[in-house]
Amino acid sequence: MNNAGQAIHLKKEILVRIIRAFFSDDFEEQTRLIPYDMRPKGMEVPYRCCVYKERAIIKDRTIAGLGFQIEDDDETVSLAKYAKRALERTKIDEKNLTVLQAACKGCATNRIFITDLCQGCIARPCISNCKFGAISIVNGKSVIDDSKCKKCQMCVAACPYKAIVKISVPCEDSCPVGAIKKDETGFASIDYSKCINCGKCTAACPFGAVHEKSQIIDILKAIKSKKKVIAMVAPSIAGQFPGNIYQLKTAIEKAGFDEVYEVAQGADITAANEAKEFTERMQGVKEKNSEWLGWVNEGGYGENSENKETEKDDILHFMTTSCCAGYNQLIKKHLPEIKPYVSETKTPMYYTAEIVKKEFPDAVTVFVSPCVAKRAESYDNPNVDYVMNYEELGALFVARKIEILDCEEGKYKVESSKQARNFGFSGGVAESVKSALKDENSVKPFVINGLNKESIRQLKKFAKEGICEGDCNLIEVMCCEGGCIGGNATMNNPKTAKKLIEQFSNNSRDIEKIE
Amino acid sequence: MTKISVKVCLGTTCFVMGGSNLQELNNIIPRKYGDKVEVTGSNCLGLCSINWEYSKAPYVKIDDDVITEATVEKVLDAIEKKLGNN
Repeated sequence: MNNAGQAIHLKKEILVRIIRAFFSDDFEEQTRLIPYDMRPKGMEVPYRCCVYKERAIIKDRTIAGLGFQIEDDDETVSLAKYAKRALERTKIDEKNLTVLQAACKGCATNRIFITDLCQGCIARPCISNCKFGAISIVNGKSVIDDSKCKKCQMCVAACPYKAIVKISVPCEDSCPVGAIKKDETGFASIDYSKCINCGKCTAACPFGAVHEKSQIIDILKAIKSKKKVIAMVAPSIAGQFPGNIYQLKTAIEKAGFDEVYEVAQGADITAANEAKEFTERMQGVKEKNSEWLGWVNEGGYGENSENKETEKDDILHFMTTSCCAGYNQLIKKHLPEIKPYVSETKTPMYYTAEIVKKEFPDAVTVFVSPCVAKRAESYDNPNVDYVMNYEELGALFVARKIEILDCEEGKYKVESSKQARNFGFSGGVAESVKSALKDENSVKPFVINGLNKESIRQLKKFAKEGICEGDCNLIEVMCCEGGCIGGNATMNNPKTAKKLIEQFSNNSRDIEKIE
Repeated sequence: MTKISVKVCLGTTCFVMGGSNLQELNNIIPRKYGDKVEVTGSNCLGLCSINWEYSKAPYVKIDDDVITEATVEKVLDAIEKKLGNN
C-alpha cells in the first residue's frame, strides 16, 4: 500500500522535525518554527499557490504529528501552544485519523463524466445500458444527469470509444466501508461510526490529506520521565528497516527504550490457541460427517430412516482468524453476522503485552505497528499504552541519528518460531495454525488477502450460508493486501518486505505442535 | 570502458526517507545493463549529515555524482546519460 510519493516524505520530515524540537532546548518555539524552517522566505514554492499556503498546510500536518485533530483547529492557536498542550496531555484520543481538509480541496467530486471523445454514435449503448435513465442526448452528444446517476459505471464499460470516465476520489475509492466521503463543501470527512481504521485512505490520498494522529510526543515524554518504556515490535517489522531485527533491537534501545519484545512471541501463543480452538470447533463437523457417512452406508433414505437432510445443522463449518485489527473493527461495525465463526483467540499484541505487563507492571508499553488499526485495538487494551508506527520509529531514528547497520546485535528474551515470524504476510497466519496441528491436512485454508467491497461481500455470503467456498474450514482475513507488510505505515514495498522476512524466518525454529 | 558504479545508501536516514524503494534497483540494473553498471548497497554515505540535509534523502551516488531525493526513475535516467556520454 505504499505510495512512496512526496506526501509521505513530507509527513516523515515533519515527524523528524517534531522529534528534534522535542529534544531541543525550546520545544514550543522550535515547533512553532517548523513551517518556517521547511518553507523559508524566498524559497521556490514546490506545490501550492504561495509560500503562505504551504506553511499553513505544514502547520496542519504538524498538528496531527503532535496528536491533535486537524478539523478542530480554528487557525488562531499557534503551534507553540499545541506543543505545550501535547506535553500536558495525559490521555490519548479515541479517534486515530484526521483529515487535512485544506489539502483535499483540489480533488474533483466522484462522478461519471462524458468526455469530448463522445462521437454521438447511432447505437448509443450508454443510453441502453443505463438502468436509471440518467443519460440523454444534447446537441448530438451524450450527457449525464448527475441527479439520476448511481455511478454504476455500466456506461463506462459500454462505450466503444471509451469516452466515458469515472472521476475518482482516491480516498473514497480506497475505503472498503464507505466511511470517508467528500461532503457538500467538497472536503473529505470521516464518519467515525463507520471507520474501521484500516488506514487505506491515508495511503491512497495523493495529497497526503489523511493523517494518523501521532502519539510520538506522549511516548517521548514517557522516555524522558525515566519511566521504564518497553517496545513491542510487530512481526512485519523484519524487512522494514536496514539490518536485521537483532540490530534493530539495539537501535530501538539507543532511541531511549529500555527493552524490546518481539510480538512474534505472542504470535506463537496465538497460533497454538487458534490451532486448539480450530480442533475443538471442527470436532462437531467431523462427528457430523461420520454420522452422515454411517447413515449413507446404512442405505440412506430407507423406509424407516429419518430424513437427515431436513435436520437443522447448527454446526459451524468454518472458523476465521482474529488477529487483524482492521478485520475485528469490520466485524464490530459492519459484519456482526460472522461473529460466531470468528476465533476467540486473542491477537499476538494482546499476549505479548500481557507477558510484558506481568513482568513489569509499571512499565509503559509501546506497540510498534505497521498500521493505524492497531491504535484502535490498543485503545481498548489496558496493557498497551501507546502505538508508534514504522514511519514514526523511522523518524525517531533519523532525528536521533541512529545508524541501524552500525548497531551490535541484541538478544530477545524469547526466540520465536519461523511460523510466528511469518504472521505479517498474507497466508502466514493460516500456515502457522496448520503447522501447529499434528494433522496438518485437517486444515483447508481460504485466504482473504485484503478487505475491499468484493471480499466483504464474500465474507457476508459465507456467514449467511454457513459454508465457505471450496468447503474450506479456516478463513484467514488480512485487512491489507499482502498482509501487515501492506499496512499504511510500512516503508518497504510488500514484495521486498516478504522476501526479507522469509530470509530471516527460514533460519528460525519450527513452531511446536499442540497436544 | 570502465564500469559505472551505483551506490545506494542504506543508512537509516536514506532508508526511512524513501530509500527502501530503491532496493528494486538490485533487480532492474543487472537485467538492464548487465556488467556495464554495478549496483551496490552502502552503509551511510554521510551525505545526510552535511548541514543536516536529511530532507534531501535518499541519496544515491553514481560514480562521483550525488543524486538527491533519489527515485528509481532518477537513477535510471542518470545512468542513461552517463552511458550516452561514454
